[in-house]
Amino acid sequence: MGGYTGKILRINLSEKIIKTEALNMELAKKYLSGRGLAGKMFTDEVPANVDAFSPENKVFIAAGALTGTNTPTSGRFMVVTKSPLNGTLAASNSGGYWGPQLKFAGYDMVVLEGKADAPVYLSIYDDKVEIKDAEHVWGKDVYETTSILKAEFGDDQAKVLTIGPGGENLSLMAAVMNDLYRAAGRNGVGAVMGSKNVKGIIVRGTGKVENANPEGTKVALSNVLKKIRENGVTGQGLPTYGTAVLVNIINENGVYPVNNFQEAYDPDADMISGETMAEKYLVKKDPCYRCPIACGRYCKWDEGEGGGPEYETVWVFGSNCGIHDYEAIHQANDLCNKLGLDTISVGATIAAGMELFQRGYIKPEELAGIPLEFGNAKGMVEWVRKIAYCEGLGAKMALGSYRLAESYGAPELSMSVKKQELPAYDPRGVQGHGLQYATSNRGGCHVRGYVISPEILGLPEKLDRFSLEGKATWVKIFQDLTAVIDSTGLCLFSSFALGLTDYTGLVNEITGFKYTDEELLACGERIWNNERLHNLRVGYTKADDTLPKRFLEDPIPDGPSKGHVHRLDELLPEYYSVRGWDKEGVPTPECISALGM
Amino acid sequence: MHVTIKLFATFRDGRPKVEIRELPEETCVKDILQSLGIAAEEVAICLVNGRDANEHSQLVDGDTLALFPPVGGG
Ligand code: SF4
Repeated sequence: MGGYTGKILRINLSEKIIKTEALNMELAKKYLSGRGLAGKMFTDEVPANVDAFSPENKVFIAAGALTGTNTPTSGRFMVVTKSPLNGTLAASNSGGYWGPQLKFAGYDMVVLEGKADAPVYLSIYDDKVEIKDAEHVWGKDVYETTSILKAEFGDDQAKVLTIGPGGENLSLMAAVMNDLYRAAGRNGVGAVMGSKNVKGIIVRGTGKVENANPEGTKVALSNVLKKIRENGVTGQGLPTYGTAVLVNIINENGVYPVNNFQEAYDPDADMISGETMAEKYLVKKDPCYRCPIACGRYCKWDEGEGGGPEYETVWVFGSNCGIHDYEAIHQANDLCNKLGLDTISVGATIAAGMELFQRGYIKPEELAGIPLEFGNAKGMVEWVRKIAYCEGLGAKMALGSYRLAESYGAPELSMSVKKQELPAYDPRGVQGHGLQYATSNRGGCHVRGYVISPEILGLPEKLDRFSLEGKATWVKIFQDLTAVIDSTGLCLFSSFALGLTDYTGLVNEITGFKYTDEELLACGERIWNNERLHNLRVGYTKADDTLPKRFLEDPIPDGPSKGHVHRLDELLPEYYSVRGWDKEGVPTPECISALGM
Repeated sequence: MHVTIKLFATFRDGRPKVEIRELPEETCVKDILQSLGIAAEEVAICLVNGRDANEHSQLVDGDTLALFPPVGGG
């Protein structure tokens, strides 16, 4: 057996008990690793209705089946737990170097159970695992914590995963950060670690991840490397400009949200584009483990330098807040990394706050002198800080845009699905992508099925973005394939160049399993249904598979997608049907048994 | 007639980002590509007024043409 280490590290924080156990390979065959297997273990071990912050909730930090191998982009891992933001089965993905290091230390995943009675961190050096006192780093930011833990560990090769003040203060938008600038950003997973009093995990491994068929692996690897290098997106676009290259493309299509999605075209978008970043701020690329794509950026601005920003971050602190000041965007991004917050949800919540203020819901006297107007860059940066430290109105904002807008009696001004903020694409001009937003198992999210790829980028083929035809099937296939990729520990961006058959080849050669393409894709479908069943158990219904009213009722006011609304009611029944679910969106017994669940 | 031409990503190397050109009626996208020295195969996304177009699309007065090489992200 290759790929997997076959071992799990289970840590009971209440009892201070550290155990290793064998990975259940039967389950791994069905759910791979990472998001899939950890999600299945979560639903088997944790009662669905557990309070996210109670000691009974567990955190599974899981590498993928191929994480830490020689496969290009195999640096990724998942943080799986019950989301405090929306109760869904949270699975937040991160890259960098931490995941591979966990595999080198001999573990496929770490499971955190219970709650430590005082702040602790975990130190892992191969089979030497310790629970250590973290009083001295509690309250410290991500950058400082990383350097203190590294110094204590005394080995520069060690990799640090940590929460910042955001997670300690239980912000529902708190991220788990690793390797300084990489984030398992969404669903508030950082707050669950904070609720367990776990500041971080430092890991160093000296082992190696084996390949089941070394010769076959070599051939498969050189094949996929060639495809990644020769593909225009992964070989040139992303390496040169990073993800922010999307600013102009999405804007020129008129689906680029401005001022909390009130508009969908920004005439000044180029001021904050990927092209402008490359021209003015880019110092170097900052790739994850074994990644020839290297979309990660390292930038320098007037007052600092650091990792990022990504497309979503540029958009959310930029146009979505009416801002075109790149300095301010860099500052807000850096603050989020440092304080351990999800840039998408933080920026979108500030934008929602700006619209609440614009419409008179938030009164000037609530602002303590800090501007909350669209276009005010200084104010925006200050609100990021206030969210992390839960100061004044920042405490309300730290609960996310839905709870913020709801507290003013205007939940419709939160641009979220299942209480999680939507990313940088207006669904009214991309019908398939909008369906995927509405049905995403973790709430508002673009990386559960990136249908922008066929609808805008023309990959693997160009679809009419306004048409409904075939979109339900596209969404299902993208969601299932993404669940597979997430569970292998490869980066979703590899899929611009690779297809299902490439992934099947890699998984088979490296793990020794013998999947057909259909069987591997069925793993993805199983993972999707497992997440869906969890959501139904916690009380989600068909009524939650929806979009904010604005997208269903108000046509886009201007720009290239002018006049369109999202036609969800026409798409949803077909989606349920291609999924084998009943009219209420519940997986049928036949669907469940066909998947062998 | 007047057409606005917008170039993005690597298409900007050695070319203007935006220009407004005066063109004869019935000009096609491929005529413009030729004058810019961009081969049709290099173009991944071609938009006229934000809608999908291709090298054979004919332009009219007031159109905006946007050209992108292969690019993506997430
Ligand atoms: S493509 Fe970007 S995010 Fe993905 S592994 Fe490479 S550097 Fe990391």
